[in-house]
Amino acid sequence: MVYLINIKLREDYSNLIFYLSPLVAVFLTLFFGSFIFLLLDLSPIESFKIFFISPISNSYGISELFVKATPLAIIALGLSYCFKNNIYNIGAEGQLTMGAIFGGGIGLLFNDSTSIFLLPLMILFGAIGGAFWATIPALLKTKFNTNEILTSLMLTYVALFILDYFVVGPWKDPAGYGLPKSMPFPDAGRLPVLFDGLRIHIGVYFAIIICFISYIVYNKTLFGFKLRVSGFSSKASQYAGFKYKNLIFYTFLISGACAGLAGLFEVSGPIGLLYRDISPNYGFTAIIVAFLGRLNPLGIILSSLLIALTYLGAEDAQLFLKIPSAVGFVFQGLVLFFLLGTDFLNKYKVSIS
Amino acid sequence: MQPIVEFQNICKEYPGVVANNNVSFKIIRQSIHAILGENGAGKSTLVKILYGHVKPDKGQIIINSDLVTINSPTMAQTLGINMVFQHFSLFESLTVAENLILGMSEKISLSKLKSNSETICNKYGFNLNLNSPISSLSVGQRQSVEIVRSLLNNPKILIMDEPTSVLTPDEINKLFKIIKKLVADGLTVIFISHKLDEIINLSDHVTIMRNGEVISNLTTKNEDPESLGYKMLGYKVTKTKQINNVNYSENVLSLSNLSSFSQDPFTTNLNKINFNLKKGQIFGIAGVAGNGQKELMEILLNENDFEFNGDIIFKNININKLSTFQRKSLSISYVTEQRLGHSAVPEMSLSENILLSMNHKTEFKKGDFINFDRINSYANDVIKNFNVDTPSFNVKAGKLSGGNLQKFIIGREIMSDPELLILSQPTWGIDAGSEAFIKKSLIELSHRGVSIIIISHDLDELLEVCHNISVLYEGSLSKSLNVENIDITKLGKYMGGLFD
Repeated sequence: MVYLINIKLREDYSNLIFYLSPLVAVFLTLFFGSFIFLLLDLSPIESFKIFFISPISNSYGISELFVKATPLAIIALGLSYCFKNNIYNIGAEGQLTMGAIFGGGIGLLFNDSTSIFLLPLMILFGAIGGAFWATIPALLKTKFNTNEILTSLMLTYVALFILDYFVVGPWKDPAGYGLPKSMPFPDAGRLPVLFDGLRIHIGVYFAIIICFISYIVYNKTLFGFKLRVSGFSSKASQYAGFKYKNLIFYTFLISGACAGLAGLFEVSGPIGLLYRDISPNYGFTAIIVAFLGRLNPLGIILSSLLIALTYLGAEDAQLFLKIPSAVGFVFQGLVLFFLLGTDFLNKYKVSIS
Repeated sequence: MQPIVEFQNICKEYPGVVANNNVSFKIIRQSIHAILGENGAGKSTLVKILYGHVKPDKGQIIINSDLVTINSPTMAQTLGINMVFQHFSLFESLTVAENLILGMSEKISLSKLKSNSETICNKYGFNLNLNSPISSLSVGQRQSVEIVRSLLNNPKILIMDEPTSVLTPDEINKLFKIIKKLVADGLTVIFISHKLDEIINLSDHVTIMRNGEVISNLTTKNEDPESLGYKMLGYKVTKTKQINNVNYSENVLSLSNLSSFSQDPFTTNLNKINFNLKKGQIFGIAGVAGNGQKELMEILLNENDFEFNGDIIFKNININKLSTFQRKSLSISYVTEQRLGHSAVPEMSLSENILLSMNHKTEFKKGDFINFDRINSYANDVIKNFNVDTPSFNVKAGKLSGGNLQKFIIGREIMSDPELLILSQPTWGIDAGSEAFIKKSLIELSHRGVSIIIISHDLDELLEVCHNISVLYEGSLSKSLNVENIDITKLGKYMGGLFD
């Protein structure tokens, strides 16, 4: 007897479950995560406490949560434009890096400036840098129909090498004992913090504003309508007379600019200079954030906080439980895996005959 | 002679349509038996039942005087029945030999298979290099691979579903020679076609089907193309209905020498299509699917910059190069064959689906923002005027039944006051009530001076609604026939590709 797996599209695909499935995925992640802790001979409850509760049990922890969530949210909000349009920009990490190079470069160029215009200029160039880097896969896609997943991903590594070149080469700090880093940005080029002594910075406001604008764009404007139609069906989009190539371009520009902005905020905020490892994979993790938030602006804010917590938890787990911080990535991976799984089961009915 | 296959009272019903109704006939051993009929006549369902692909609701099949139940294609093959489908299932990157061995139900070594295949190729004159990849083969050669694959199973009966639809005239001649040789060697061939001259040339017997029923069983040598065409369509004369004459003389749309030259083997190239459409005229384009309807609609709608020669003139403006958006702005409206995912987005609400097609109109916009009040009230008007059964305009389009959604889509286009409305398969797959409503709406629209083009496989529908009908056959358009005093013999000939 041969058993065959039948996969059928559900006709009564549920909208409610679509929005509930991130919660189910988080629950499943915790459930299976507790087995991982058991395997490591740790008490799951104690471990979860250290992982998810103790990191945010004081004001410093909460500030750090927002420090991590801010770039994730800004990048993921940008990516949601691409993903809604069924364009898979996987290269936000590279666009983030380019934003840091462009914006940070301005900070280094005017390193004795005290002008209040320095920071806005850096922010502007950060966005331009990210958008510029996103233009390349957009052009390749629209002119030569290349796969944007591959080109945007490969360009990430190119961007990382360019940053490498600058910090070991022309931009290396002469007083930096030969370390591969630039000199610090002038004070006028640093992002203001919200509270003295904490690292939470005004990037949070940007995330909230971008969230609000995205909500308006998706729900009230013709542009958002075009994105949604194209995401549902490219044929319907053609029938409506929308120019798909322009949409590809705009969405790449928006997501690139957001990633660039996030990159600039990192270097002019918590870091304060340019060096090799400016981002702990924010550009990639933001992909998970975007999908976990259901490409919904408000959902992305919530999911960015949750995923930021896995970063903090991993650091504390390394410190107190003596387990590698990579456990944080394991949790991110599990969440994505269960989210894709629940989505699949919501959309398709699986039976064995 | 003794029959090799006998169908007895085969019935098969799909939701809303009877595909086969008490089909009974016999197929003589070692003969070529053609099955003729329009789209949806039930030919394909019947042979799929014989091949074990579809299970009949009722009835039995007798093979070699034995009553058999065929549950699967594998079982059909063990009974000696094989089938060559209209669309090939070959792996492009594999070689001919590798594709052949994948089709074998029993284990066989590649060298043995190659020598068997070579014997078959030499005997029947298939020109195939067993080591070339499928991707390098012409369409005709690909079909040869499919036929050789079937012959390797030593079949007694070979079913061929529209085998000539993808072939050049030269390849058709070759194929016919091969089929005749196969039959001389003892095979029985069941041949599905809608091409009258081919049936006359090739077959020994012909069964004509219509609406799932057998109309007649004939011996081919007693027939000619005219008599076959008439028998396929003859009943339709009584169904035509008078509609108002066209009182206008103004030309709205003219196509001149429209031709296309695609390399894609699964597209039909259009060949010098000409017609003039008057104000208030309903013009029907009939023909069996796959004769260029898709390509003609593609050119009229211009979604993909499909390349063509010739001119499209709309009210003295050459619109060859105009985009879909620009054509809509000139008040040309479209209803595509596919509802879900083309002329409507199932995941979006009905009012959003208004905007889908009406986004060229400024009244639905406030700058870059959507004017929700306007699209909602427009959606409400469509729902009211076109009897769309739905609780509200917020319902997702995918939740509506086919008929309701089609009424909504056609209503949406009609209420935008078009000067030209182009529809493809407007009543395909919808309930009878909606169908009647849509036909009535289209006739009323033409009385208001709007010109309409209907591309349809459904001749009944065209005869009922249109002023004039032309037939599209292999990319060529026949002369137009006036429906009021239509010559059914001529229409039948046109449908079978015999133009004047």
